[in-house]
Amino acid sequence: MTDVSEESIRSEVKAWLEENWNADLGLVEWRSLLAESGWGTPSWPKQWYGRGLSAKLSSAVLDEIRQFGAIGAADSGVRMLASATLMEHATDYQKDKLLHRIITGEDSWCQLFSEPGSGSDLAGLTTRADLDGDNWIINGQKVWTTSAHHANYGLLLARTDWDVPKHQGISYFVLDVTQPGVEVRPLRQMNGHASFNEVFMTDAVVPANMLVGKLNGGWQVGMTTLSHERRLADGLRPIGGSGAKKAKGKIFSELAAEVKVAQEPYRWYPQRAGRPDLTVSRARDTGALEDPVIRQEVAKALTIHQASQWTARRARQAQRLGRPPGPEGSLGKLAASNVARAAALAHTLTSGADSMLKGEDGPKDGIIAEILLSVPAVSIAGGTDEIQRNIISERVLGLPKEPRTDADGPFKDVPRNIVK
Amino acid sequence: MRHCFTDEHEQFREFVRKFMSTNSDAIAVRRVMETEAGYDADVWGNLSESLGLPGVHIPEKFGGQGFGPVELCIALEEMGRSLLCAPFFGSSVMATTAILNAGSISDKEKLLPDLAAGKLVASLAIAEESGQWEASDIEMTAIEAGGTYRLSGEKKFVLDGHSSDLIVVVARVPGSSGEDGISFFTVKGDAAGLGRRLLNTIDETRKLAVLQFDSVEATPLGEVGAGSKALEKTLVLSYVALANEMMGGAQKLLESAIEYAQMRVQFGRAIGSFQSMKHKFADLLMDVELAKTTAYYAAEAAEDEADDLVAVASMAKAYASDTYYKVAAACIQVHGGIGFTWENDTHLYFKRAKSSEVFLGTPALHRDRLITNWNA
Repeated sequence: MTDVSEESIRSEVKAWLEENWNADLGLVEWRSLLAESGWGTPSWPKQWYGRGLSAKLSSAVLDEIRQFGAIGAADSGVRMLASATLMEHATDYQKDKLLHRIITGEDSWCQLFSEPGSGSDLAGLTTRADLDGDNWIINGQKVWTTSAHHANYGLLLARTDWDVPKHQGISYFVLDVTQPGVEVRPLRQMNGHASFNEVFMTDAVVPANMLVGKLNGGWQVGMTTLSHERRLADGLRPIGGSGAKKAKGKIFSELAAEVKVAQEPYRWYPQRAGRPDLTVSRARDTGALEDPVIRQEVAKALTIHQASQWTARRARQAQRLGRPPGPEGSLGKLAASNVARAAALAHTLTSGADSMLKGEDGPKDGIIAEILLSVPAVSIAGGTDEIQRNIISERVLGLPKEPRTDADGPFKDVPRNIVK
Repeated sequence: MRHCFTDEHEQFREFVRKFMSTNSDAIAVRRVMETEAGYDADVWGNLSESLGLPGVHIPEKFGGQGFGPVELCIALEEMGRSLLCAPFFGSSVMATTAILNAGSISDKEKLLPDLAAGKLVASLAIAEESGQWEASDIEMTAIEAGGTYRLSGEKKFVLDGHSSDLIVVVARVPGSSGEDGISFFTVKGDAAGLGRRLLNTIDETRKLAVLQFDSVEATPLGEVGAGSKALEKTLVLSYVALANEMMGGAQKLLESAIEYAQMRVQFGRAIGSFQSMKHKFADLLMDVELAKTTAYYAAEAAEDEADDLVAVASMAKAYASDTYYKVAAACIQVHGGIGFTWENDTHLYFKRAKSSEVFLGTPALHRDRLITNWNA
């Protein structure tokens, strides 16, 4: 495929869309056409609903579909992590059973990794899987599970061997979360939203043919999922394509419903980042900017916000020029926490006593309150600041790792949290 | 440069760094900082002849290299990294930029070629007893009688003012205030009625002088009374230049602290393996990289004469000031007892950091300027 030009790929997909696109089709019906043609997921292999295209050509195809005003394959939420992981590690049976319904959006997915007893230390997980005939029996609890309440399947890490070091006794499964042994409860956050769930598994069943990768090889499979999670970041990409807003037809009302569900957990995410875009204008509009102390804090928030944006741009530009990656490319998450905290402080000082109020009583229709109550998440979600600092100091600065006492002996002997 | 340095920039940096490591190692810095002049004439001559650095941002038609703020700032970052003791900041940055901004064509033709060649060393006298650099802070007046201007009063915190051949002085027309009446003059270093005294500075690598003017004859530089824009422009580039110089020192100190933490063993481990150290370094790295980016962004804004230059120049100065001092204090802390000794080089940088933090205005003042000038 290397000799195919972007131009010819674009005209090929356009011709296909002109032939096949029909806004009166059902969403699943249309996406089945995409799956059969390979245009919905062009980077996937030809035998699995794709065209084996490079990342560059693949994004040209998706861009062409957007420009045409048509709808692409389902791509929101954890399903992208599922498909990427399955593509790399799953059996043909699993791919055959699962991939098509990922593309059509018929199945939704969730990620069952974090547990109440293992947050930063994911490999300390204690959800157990015990083999009973042809089935694995799952018992344990997961947490921070986005969208589990409307998911069909979960990507599950569970312990299958307790007598070996912690990383070597974990296996990776696909769990049907709609079965009776799985209970999903919404987890209410300190900001009042409930974007995540707790998932309780009591003698839940996974057929043996739904083990992904090797038995006790789950850590490596999990790393594949996490690397794609980092790549796709926060799931804040625009969902549904540009055609969704303007176009009419049965398919678009179905899409709108899908998008609404997919975006629901992320409504407060802009506030989580501290809304540094509002600090100067709010302080100016309220007159707080004339206060010399507030002025200083607004300036500090503005500085670190701009500096972190410019630093990301510097890193991107260096990458474009083919330079080896420098330290500036590894600091984004830690910088984002600092930006959010500085912005939250500026908002607090600007709003003064009104910072105590939320909802309609609160400043900016409750947005300020939502900022103040959401910012604490930014230095925890997706890797705490403390873990980020370990990663930066070890991988970027080359400092030695701290000695560990948990990684070498049998997991059953490692001290761990008592979970009720 | 579009957000990151070009290959040519990187080659230029290598070139300057090589010169600095040969001519301005810690031993040289310690030797030169104890002299009254505060610089090594041979090194200055060499830096002028072989690298042409004093003329880096002087146009070619005035004998310079014809580069812009970006190259100037790269040179400064490398000088800051090696704590170069030279009249570069006072003469090649501040006084030269003042002449470029305020001088007439004939002033430039007369002064810039010698400055570019490093044969003439100048200084720029702005601040007075109050230690403020902006137009409204200037009180010294220039009295005109029979076509001759005379200056009386005091100028303080004049970088290399005790040793320069020529002093560019900012004064005002009698009776004027604020930005009105601001005027540039030149005064010879050995002019009658001029008293110069080297101040006792915490940073021995950076010599500051107090100058007493007792009816000193002064030559106008550009149009008398119309200098406020030139002063603002000169200061803005100086903020950007100082920010970049500071980041060179901050980067070097961070490297030095990390190197020490990897070597120093306590409790049977390199101290760099303790999370208390690692987390400190991760935070410092973030500030150093972000403040460097801001300094680079400001240099690019100066090069492009961008609309946000005045704001981002102050942003860069404030962020670099905070960061350099933070890294310097942390570097002493990481070194422990040895970090507090005269023998260890950290204090040389610490003193430069502390001095640069307030030179040309405190971080708080620059944050205030940032907000005043931020238009987005």
